[in-house]
Amino acid sequence: MITLSVFDLSLAALLVLILAALSWHMRLGLERSLLIAALRTVVQLSLIGLVLKTVFATTGVLWVALMAVVMLAAAGYEVMARQQRRLKGWWGYGLGTGAMFISSFAVTVLALFTMIGNQPWYEPQYAIPLLGMMLGNTMSGIALALDRLTQTAWQQRAVIEQRLMLGQTRFDAIDEIRREAMRSGMMHIINAMAAAGIVSLPGMMTGQILAGAPPMEAVKYQILIMFLITAGTGFGVTTALWLASRRLFDERHRLRLDVLSAPRQ
Amino acid sequence: MSGPLLRVSRLVTHQRGPFDLSIDAGECVSLRGPSGSGKSLLLRAIADLDPHQGEVWLDGVPCEQIPAPQWRRQVALLPVESQWWQDKVGAHFPDEDCPWLIPLGFDETALGWQVSRLSSGEKQRLALARALMNRPRVLLLDEPTASLDEISAAALEAVVADYRHAAGAAVLWVSHSAAQAARVASRHYQLTPQGVREGKP
Repeated sequence: MITLSVFDLSLAALLVLILAALSWHMRLGLERSLLIAALRTVVQLSLIGLVLKTVFATTGVLWVALMAVVMLAAAGYEVMARQQRRLKGWWGYGLGTGAMFISSFAVTVLALFTMIGNQPWYEPQYAIPLLGMMLGNTMSGIALALDRLTQTAWQQRAVIEQRLMLGQTRFDAIDEIRREAMRSGMMHIINAMAAAGIVSLPGMMTGQILAGAPPMEAVKYQILIMFLITAGTGFGVTTALWLASRRLFDERHRLRLDVLSAPRQ
Repeated sequence: MSGPLLRVSRLVTHQRGPFDLSIDAGECVSLRGPSGSGKSLLLRAIADLDPHQGEVWLDGVPCEQIPAPQWRRQVALLPVESQWWQDKVGAHFPDEDCPWLIPLGFDETALGWQVSRLSSGEKQRLALARALMNRPRVLLLDEPTASLDEISAAALEAVVADYRHAAGAAVLWVSHSAAQAARVASRHYQLTPQGVREGKP
């Protein structure tokens, strides 16, 4: 394995600096956010590297669990923050977090126990990156799907109520909107699977190959990860949409948009 | 079961009311009142689309004892502005066999029409035909002739009257026109801040 030196990274950073200079010179207005984001990458990834180094050195299940909970809490916050109209009260945070807990945690634990089969199963070197990848993807899926569901329900409230007036159940009345939301939550992962290897070499696989792993081993891992991500995202999005679309109605099948907060400015 | 087909008692919705009213089977009652007095809100509450206090009975059975979708099929609300979510008109109808198209001034091809090309008057008449497909026992009509010319309005009034007699349905008709109220209804309600008052058209 070829280790990277500080000098190697500086060369790569130089490219970003040149791009920023170009943006400044051409008045594209991108240099500020570009440099801040680049700086954040360095600081955040270095910090997580230190944390992982510490966690990997221990094999205490408590440390792994603590790390997992912090990751889940952060992902839950991200899902909530990306909603234009979120559910009021603890639902706004709890819904996405709960759906991710059920799907990402379950799929990760299943994979650790059966497919990876390490001893002990919670060994942080496998558990943490796997969970991170699951959470990251499930988070995007749930955030997109929930945002689509609540926005569309708001815009099409007259149609939903018309369908209720004609005697449709709450499930039928929001069926098409829920299907649309499902599609928007799952599209990126379906596209990623369809394009994998032809249009793009997935980042994880590329990383493994660069780090010296034999290509076929990297490919097998990549396939495993993609299936796990798809399943985790799918179950997470399904759960979140089912709960949220139930929450939009009451037991008398009335559309209750008063459960949503006003959009952020 | 004797007594009124639809009975509303102490109904409060969106801080308006309490409202009391009753309509017999086969009877048409008009409801009038200034804009913003809550006519549409009252109809929505009777159709159980908004949370409300008070009681509504259909043929002696309280609303909450009937599953909501079934209630709304029997107590049909026709809003001022109808909504159409499929491309074709016919996709909104449970089947092809709609006996009200021709009396409402359409021919059989109407179910194949594109929704995007309907005029507001066509939408209003087709919305009535669509609502009648559920064979409702109560019709709550919110200004059903608002965008119709006189000929279409007369056709719609006739279709409602025929259905009311044939099915023994109760009709609550919101209208801005005293002449129409006098023409279609045998009793007349006025909506006031104090509640529903019976009186002249």
